[in-house]
Amino acid sequence: MLQLKNLGKRYKTGDDALKGVNLEIPDGQLVGLIGPSGAGKSTLIRCVNRLVEPTTGTVTLNNIEVTSLSAGGLRKERRKMGMIFQEYALVDRLTIMENVMSGRLGYMGFWKSFFRKYPQADIDEAFRLLERVGLDHMVDKRADELSGGQKQRVGIARALIQDPEVILIDEPTASLDPKTSRQIMRLISELCRERNLSAIVNIHDVALAQMFVERIVGLQMGEIVFDGAPDELTPDVLTKIYGEEDWEATIDEVDEDEDITIDEKSVEASI
Amino acid sequence: MNAAITSGNEKSRRWKRPPLIQDTKWRYGLLILAIAYFIAASFSYDVNWSRVYEGLDRGWEFIKSFANPDFKTRWSDISEGIWESIVITVTSTVVGIILAIPLALGAASNLAPKIIYYICRGIIAVNRALHEIIVAILMVAIFGFGPLAGFITLTLSTIGFIAKLLAEDIENISKPQAEAVKSTGSGWWQWINYAIQPQVMPRLIGLSIYRVDINFRSSSILGLVGAGGVGATLNTAFDRYEFDTAAAIIIIIIAIVMVLEYVSGFIRARVQ
Repeated sequence: MLQLKNLGKRYKTGDDALKGVNLEIPDGQLVGLIGPSGAGKSTLIRCVNRLVEPTTGTVTLNNIEVTSLSAGGLRKERRKMGMIFQEYALVDRLTIMENVMSGRLGYMGFWKSFFRKYPQADIDEAFRLLERVGLDHMVDKRADELSGGQKQRVGIARALIQDPEVILIDEPTASLDPKTSRQIMRLISELCRERNLSAIVNIHDVALAQMFVERIVGLQMGEIVFDGAPDELTPDVLTKIYGEEDWEATIDEVDEDEDITIDEKSVEASI
Repeated sequence: MNAAITSGNEKSRRWKRPPLIQDTKWRYGLLILAIAYFIAASFSYDVNWSRVYEGLDRGWEFIKSFANPDFKTRWSDISEGIWESIVITVTSTVVGIILAIPLALGAASNLAPKIIYYICRGIIAVNRALHEIIVAILMVAIFGFGPLAGFITLTLSTIGFIAKLLAEDIENISKPQAEAVKSTGSGWWQWINYAIQPQVMPRLIGLSIYRVDINFRSSSILGLVGAGGVGATLNTAFDRYEFDTAAAIIIIIIAIVMVLEYVSGFIRARVQ
């Protein structure tokens, strides 16, 4: 269970990015965080693992208060929080295997990681995960040789090899085409279900969010203005989150089966 | 058709690019002042034309000697000087780079705490403020004539050069990649090794090779102030008016620099 209590962030510029956010995410729940640019979505998930240091409030993950940990304690706790990024954030000049293994750095001594002497159990797990995301045949490729969809799959494997308790996902599909976006979101939601992981996913595409998440939180000017099931998103709610606009075309009828006929395995391997 | 144009009793608005200096008086005043100073400064050199006439002969002697350089007469001096220069180049480059890396980490504002950042930047600034020749004279005063003074001089200037440029490259790394590795719970050194090093490695290799080039050229000059290397041999040749030997030395220096240039281009293309 991930709990945010009265979480606030004021940047040095004086901007209040978050104004006392309260949020509880039970184990195994995939939460979509929507809201306009600058609403504080990115700040919120970075406050959870303290890539951004919150100014007020607490973050608690399974009874450990993340916000009061020392530097060393924080490093240990970060191992339990996987993160997936908008532009994939793979280290371009490292191989796929090294990128995935960077998810194990917190469990490894410096010299072992420096000489790339990974424990066999970790290597086995890496191959298992890469196979799951359909990339086990290219472990020695450099990250900058992959396509966007492939990079994000490596990003997912890197987050999962941490054996996390929660995953923080920042706009995972923002730079992907619509079809790849769906495949990535489907992969994420399946993996969360398989491993009973809770996750927060920042997402701009409201229809895509409705398709794959079980709960939606709307953030506006650093405050939660909506918290409910995906089918509760009405034009009124969207107006509250984003402002006045014609919302009818955006809201999806939530039929996910339209592309179910395609042979999934072969498609995933080909992107 | 073209109603907007033909019906226009509306006046068209003029546009000009805003000038760099708003005030007309200042704008032209400064320009005239600058030109006047340049002309006056140029006329301040007094040229002794009869001296130039004599000098042309001497210059021509020197240039002619390139046509038949003398490698033989002083070959043992030349080869000793060249080897000394190579030794100075290799050792000062390697030691300089090794010492520059920690300084660069400290001088990168996105890695180091403020205090360490200012200290490291201060060291680099002082280091770079002094020209190699001045440092070499100081080192010769301390360590005496010979290659040790040259080695220390070039090590110092390698540190300043690599540390400054590497620090700037570290400051330009992709932030998400660094964030991603940090968010896995990696230690600081692991973070440097996995997130920072891969991003700056091509630049570091490129700078290092470039520095080999610079250090070789410098090591052949530092001999002029007594800091060892082939420059000392060159200096002696000039003192004895042995232009043919001097020409031989200069030709060797040019050849080595050209080889280094070619090799460095090749390596830099490989490490992208």
